[in-house]
Amino acid sequence: MSEALLTVKDLKTYFYTSGGVSKAVDGVSFKINRGEIMGIVGESGSGKSVTSSSIIRLLPAGTGKIVSGSIDFDGTDVLALNKKELLSFRGKDVSMIFQNPMTSLSPVFKVGHQMTELIRTQQKVDRQSAYRMAEEALMKVGITDARRRMDSYPYELSGGMCQRVIIAMSILSSPKMIIADEPTTALDVTIQAQVLDLLKEMRKTYQTAILLITHNLGVVWKMCDSVMVMYAGKTVEYTTCRNLYHKPLHPYTWGLLDSMPRLGSESEEELSTIQGTPPDLRLTGTCCNFSNRCPYASEICKSVVPELKELEPGHFVACHRQCEEGGLVRGGVDQT
Amino acid sequence: MSENSIILQIKNLSKDFEVKGKGLGGKKTVLHALNDISLDIREGEVLGIIGESGCGKSTLGRCIVGLHKPTGGDILFEGKSILKLSSRERFELCKNIQMVFQDPYSSLDPRHTAADSVSEPMIIHKTVKGRQELEKRVLELFQQVGLDIQHMNRYPHEFSGGQRQRLNVARAISIQPKVVVCDEPVSALDVSIQAQVINLLKGLQKKYHLTYVFISHDLSVVKYVSDRIAIMYLGQIVELCNGGDIYKNPLHPYTKALLSAIPPESPDENKERITLEGEISSPIGDREGCPLAGRCPECMERCKKEVPSLLSYGEEGHQVACFLYESKIVQGGN
Repeated sequence: MSEALLTVKDLKTYFYTSGGVSKAVDGVSFKINRGEIMGIVGESGSGKSVTSSSIIRLLPAGTGKIVSGSIDFDGTDVLALNKKELLSFRGKDVSMIFQNPMTSLSPVFKVGHQMTELIRTQQKVDRQSAYRMAEEALMKVGITDARRRMDSYPYELSGGMCQRVIIAMSILSSPKMIIADEPTTALDVTIQAQVLDLLKEMRKTYQTAILLITHNLGVVWKMCDSVMVMYAGKTVEYTTCRNLYHKPLHPYTWGLLDSMPRLGSESEEELSTIQGTPPDLRLTGTCCNFSNRCPYASEICKSVVPELKELEPGHFVACHRQCEEGGLVRGGVDQT
Repeated sequence: MSENSIILQIKNLSKDFEVKGKGLGGKKTVLHALNDISLDIREGEVLGIIGESGCGKSTLGRCIVGLHKPTGGDILFEGKSILKLSSRERFELCKNIQMVFQDPYSSLDPRHTAADSVSEPMIIHKTVKGRQELEKRVLELFQQVGLDIQHMNRYPHEFSGGQRQRLNVARAISIQPKVVVCDEPVSALDVSIQAQVINLLKGLQKKYHLTYVFISHDLSVVKYVSDRIAIMYLGQIVELCNGGDIYKNPLHPYTKALLSAIPPESPDENKERITLEGEISSPIGDREGCPLAGRCPECMERCKKEVPSLLSYGEEGHQVACFLYESKIVQGGN
């Protein structure tokens, strides 16, 4: 179990735009073991989706570029793969589930057609057995009248149903890892719960590792073993799920945790917020990216980029103040 | 809150949409977006409306501000029907009921500067006299919603989502309405920004004694802002209760399932899931019985034939539409 499946080291992905170089991912390292569910949380623009696209090298040609770092997947160097190898790497080794289920399927082909096509590109089977395999896969993800669904177009299915089809497609080739980029954001809560349960079950039956990208901490608590918090292209905290909840160390994580309205809380107290807005990604990289919003920021935060340090075993934090002697205490500063 | 007068009364409101049938010349079918909804909204309260997509919560909000014409029932504002108004009276009414939309990107005119957008309602309704007063008022509004006054002449694309939503709020409150319908005002925003906007909305509500109809699909957000919560399912209100009760004492099977489906609040929490079989059934065509029948774990024979009505149960103000509670319903309730 503890064998690493994916190791990402110091990944930097920049976008070269006419307005300057946008440092979407600026030095991210993590590893995922077999059968592990890891979450990446962060706000929009924090680089979580770009990290996942970098892993399967799905970046817009021309503008997006992996500048440095290494991605090692089960012994292969992903960055060294050529076009042909990449094709079998995507899908066979790693498959991806995108946020919007409706747009991930082609609107002009029937579900069954799309599924058998996928099977036949990956395995040498005739059309009939491919069709049977697709039907079985659909039943595995809990679609009851699989045969009828195979004969429908994506627009005839609901969002939750489409996402099930995509999950079915992603497990067809029994990949070692599934990257799920906001798989439930477009879905309703009851459907979200169904899809998440399904993903968890897939992990159990196939020992598939899952990289789950989300902005919803609740989803992380439900699903993940380990979790990485990203802010403005950098990892700010990386630890196990339980640690992050019980002993979060980075001020940004505190802000994130505190700004979530809770069901059990009294509505009289004001929600605590993180002041300000995230920085422009073209201008980051000279100081701690969070320093302009951080209530604990001191001189050093505004001049030196903090490194990700292992403060406690298995608990990585990138914060100058937290690494000082004594560290910081949550809520130690009046945030107003 | 109960001594407050009722500002908006919704009576047996229905809204049907006609849907084209399959193919050329296909038979038209009817989509029942709202089914016989009755609701009293009290002055100065925040009424949260929650439900999954397609349950009709946005349609309800749009009917209140007059963007949709209901097909049945009535809406009374301060005792007067707002559906049979002349266009002159309708125009006057707009001063009192305003709306904040979900998408902060498409709800602002890209060709208007921030100041233009905020001042437009005041110019239309002539609530201010002269340029100077208008400028003063815009400045005041910018400060109230926490926007930098230096950004007054910027265009919408130069603002972030949270800032745009602040602009929307400023525009909605510029003519001092009594009721603001907030249709998913924070669901397009990130968590940290979401908290800022929620605080802003709550602050304004207290300050000006506004009445909000707060529509959202996020239960924790709704619970946080609302005095009362209405839970909708397939065009009907299935439960109506005080803000705290929904968590402490949910009654309707759908509410319970909804609560159990919400992601946990800590990694240690192990929720027992109440699963609803399948997906929301289609609102198209005529339906018999309770909207939840077929998915409900406690579905009885009766549920498939009759529609339960919203009746008071137990504590003050708690209403539920379910046959399970019929024997315990308080007589003489609404």
